[in-house]
Amino acid sequence: MIELKSVSKQYGDTLVVDGVDLTLPKGGVTSIIGPNGAGKSTLLSMMSRLLPMSTGWIGIDGLDVTKTRGDVLARRLSILRQDNHMTARLTVRDLVAFGRYPYTKDRPTGEDKVHVDRALGFLDLQPLADRFLDELSGGQRQRAFVAMVLCQDTDYALFDEPLNNLDMRHAAGMMRLLRRAADHFNKTIVLVLHDINFASCYSDHIVAMKAGKVAFQGAPDAVMQASVLTEIFNTDMAIHEIAGRKIAVFY
Amino acid sequence: MPTRARRWHISWLLLAAATIPLLAVVSLFVGVSEVSLAALLSGQDGGRAAEVLMISRLPRTLALILAGSGMAVCGTIMQMLARNRFVEPSTAGTVESASLGILAVMLLAPGLPMFGKMLVAALFALAGTSLFLAILRRIPLRSVLLVPLVGIMLGGVISAITTFFAYRTDMLQSISAWTTGDFSGVLRGRYELLWIAAGLTLLAYFAAARFTVAGMGEAFATNVGLNYRRIVALGLLIVSMVTAAVVVTVGMVPFIGLIVPNVVSLALGDNLSKSLPWVAILGAGFVLVCDIAGRLILYPYEVPIGTVIGIVGSAFFLFLILRPNARVA
Repeated sequence: MIELKSVSKQYGDTLVVDGVDLTLPKGGVTSIIGPNGAGKSTLLSMMSRLLPMSTGWIGIDGLDVTKTRGDVLARRLSILRQDNHMTARLTVRDLVAFGRYPYTKDRPTGEDKVHVDRALGFLDLQPLADRFLDELSGGQRQRAFVAMVLCQDTDYALFDEPLNNLDMRHAAGMMRLLRRAADHFNKTIVLVLHDINFASCYSDHIVAMKAGKVAFQGAPDAVMQASVLTEIFNTDMAIHEIAGRKIAVFY
Repeated sequence: MPTRARRWHISWLLLAAATIPLLAVVSLFVGVSEVSLAALLSGQDGGRAAEVLMISRLPRTLALILAGSGMAVCGTIMQMLARNRFVEPSTAGTVESASLGILAVMLLAPGLPMFGKMLVAALFALAGTSLFLAILRRIPLRSVLLVPLVGIMLGGVISAITTFFAYRTDMLQSISAWTTGDFSGVLRGRYELLWIAAGLTLLAYFAAARFTVAGMGEAFATNVGLNYRRIVALGLLIVSMVTAAVVVTVGMVPFIGLIVPNVVSLALGDNLSKSLPWVAILGAGFVLVCDIAGRLILYPYEVPIGTVIGIVGSAFFLFLILRPNARVA
């Protein structure tokens, strides 16, 4: 369970996240949606202790993220941020293998190799395993980063815009993969998503943010309502049911 | 890495390592004073050859190896910490700060032994390099080339301060004698501080995986549970101490920390557990070759190694900046 208690983040006079109280249950896929500048990424960064809070408390299974040792937390929770500017020249395999760092530090074991190969397989990266990251396309690199996080094999995995740079095939494949991680491996997946239709089709729970606050949350059916989305995004939206799924049309 | 590839990699590494003793032997026997195997064995010259060997040639050769590998490893560490290909002790204000430290010692505590001098120089180097990293954190850098520019400017400011005080106190000549890289003055009893540098270089190898993770950036490092600040502090400590030891004993040896790590990175990437031994070996080999060349070009006179490396290094720096995909570096 991820618990947030009156969490705020302030830059100067600007309140980016404004007193958020939120409880995300263990298991399943939760998507955080909302317009630009709603504070989604900031919230995710604070949950994963990459960014200090101005005020508030966040706990992962009761562990205070600001006080728990980094390596203890790294075995429970992993995070992939949106902009991953990597200057170190690593091969895909090396990068993914660093996902095992919380467990074995400097001394990789045979078991690590199994995890690495499995993560590479999940993301179709085997043919690219020995390529350097700077020799890949943006989408391939994104898949390598996701593979590293999966290789970390934590109960909680947080992704900020995991569909960045991915084409339709890989975007849908990525969402199916995360769905599978939740359904078969009991992982708790938390995503920040821009595409509300992906959120609608693959989430168990949607949290909609606006102006630093949680504006609405619930099952996809409850959130995917014309009135709710129009209000959150300040844009006229129509909801259509296509093949049993609620799709927002705003084009 | 598959086992076969690893075995290949280790074979090549051993082969490369084996060239260092060869170069070292060459270095032992090149110089104005005749030292030949025959003279050493027969002892005909009353042991003079042996004396030259033990007092001058051997210390010089060891100093070359230790300083070369140490500075190359420092360059790699700094490139990981600053996350920039063009950073090394002489493009980040580290060397200049160490020199300022040496001037401070010469003015304020001239009687301090070498070890004390080194510690003061290390302290200055630590302060200067931390300042550099602090500046980097403050200003949003859009271009990778801006980072070494900031470092070179910072180094320029610090070295201007050094020059000002050295000029006022009539120390210009001695400070330039101290800081120009030159191994010709290395004698027994005057290079042993470099063994400290060697110890720290070895320590860096044991922390190689951690430096690699740090090179992936603070967010990645935090995500896998690495204490980012602590590893940056360790890196700064190693870099400052090694640089100070080198500057105090042989002076400034620029560009090694730039050339060697970049060549290794292009070939093998930045997984330091794999690449750091290469950096150390190539660093030692490169410095040995440059020093031997400096001794032979104007024989019987010597060209200081700083000059030789400076020329090769600036050419290489230009190549790095101008090569087609420098932006992704």
